[in-house]
Amino acid sequence: MSMFGVAASALLISMLLVLVRAFIGPTVFDRILAINSIGTLTVLLIAVHGYLVGRPEFLDLGLVYALINFIGTIAVTRYVRFKKLGPVDTSSEHHGEI
Amino acid sequence: MTILSLLCFAVLLKEMVKILMHLITLAIGLTVLWFLLSGYFIPLTLALGVISVLFVLWLAHRMDVIDHESHPIHMTAKGIGYYFWLLWEIIKSNFNVTIAILSGPRSVTPSLFKVQASQTSDVGKVTYANSITLTPGTVTILVEDNKFTVHSLTSAAKEGLQSGEMDRKITALEGFVAPGSEGAG
Amino acid sequence: MELLLDGLSWITIISGSLFCIIGAFGVVTLPDFFCRMHGASVIDTMGLGLILLGLGFQTGLTLALGKLVMIFVFIFFTSPTGTHALARAALYSGLDPVATIKPRTRMQ
Repeated sequence: MSMFGVAASALLISMLLVLVRAFIGPTVFDRILAINSIGTLTVLLIAVHGYLVGRPEFLDLGLVYALINFIGTIAVTRYVRFKKLGPVDTSSEHHGEI
Repeated sequence: MTILSLLCFAVLLKEMVKILMHLITLAIGLTVLWFLLSGYFIPLTLALGVISVLFVLWLAHRMDVIDHESHPIHMTAKGIGYYFWLLWEIIKSNFNVTIAILSGPRSVTPSLFKVQASQTSDVGKVTYANSITLTPGTVTILVEDNKFTVHSLTSAAKEGLQSGEMDRKITALEGFVAPGSEGAG
Repeated sequence: MELLLDGLSWITIISGSLFCIIGAFGVVTLPDFFCRMHGASVIDTMGLGLILLGLGFQTGLTLALGKLVMIFVFIFFTSPTGTHALARAALYSGLDPVATIKPRTRMQ
């Protein structure tokens, strides 16, 4: 097995582990965190797969996936927090409680 | 009167040079990015590349986002050295967190504490908060003016941050940027 | 030279894979949400960095190397922003970061 095969297997194992957290995560934030990690691992898997089949063009897909992953995380976090994606009034947030 | 207008002119010229510097560095950055992503060198794609770089420059100028804040060229030279130091810190704390994870969930000693940020500009504060979060073992969870609330996983990570070395390095990075001069470019 | 680069690739890719698995393990086992973020952070820095470095050794000086660097730099700068946004949202939604902290180390 080549080194890329080993890396791809390890990445798949990590994704399965993180997926467990996405299923059992008690709060919605645990799930978002898990999905964010799966996104990072997917970027790596795409890059490694590109080398595995000898086509480094896959790196472009990985780059785009990284961009979408970041925007997606921010958007979902914002939606969960404010229940909408448009402009919100943040002045009502409480400060200095902890 | 003449002296005053001359002074005005000099200030204006200085501002224009500043804007031009930012535009040129942005153009160089965009061109490098385009070459990396394209990889083709036939006239058609080169022409399309030039058009897209100019379009983005116009867009950035129109959005008025080209200034010290979005584009801190004054921090570049020292910044490279800082990021190498940060990489080394990240490697060290990675091993620290790895040991904490492997020795079981009962062994971690999470704690919450505040650190004082001595940076004056927003760029400096963002760099500091981002560096804290980037180092595994410490995460900035709240930013209020000059106080960051930090969550740490192990006591070693906490002590490392509380020694204030990172804070000093970023403040030195800001260097000659005087308070209040932000966004002047 | 070829052999040296191959050896370096093996070492970095295997250790990067190990860090990914350890980070994922941390995300599963650590006690509460704010602790789990540290596990995810291990994947985002060390796992990603080492695997991309190993791929870089296999690439040589080509355009693909530039793309690897771009992926690294991009995730290097966006991942803390995402983590911070998530932590802040969790904090304001009423998740208690001091719930698992023992009374002795609790912040005054």
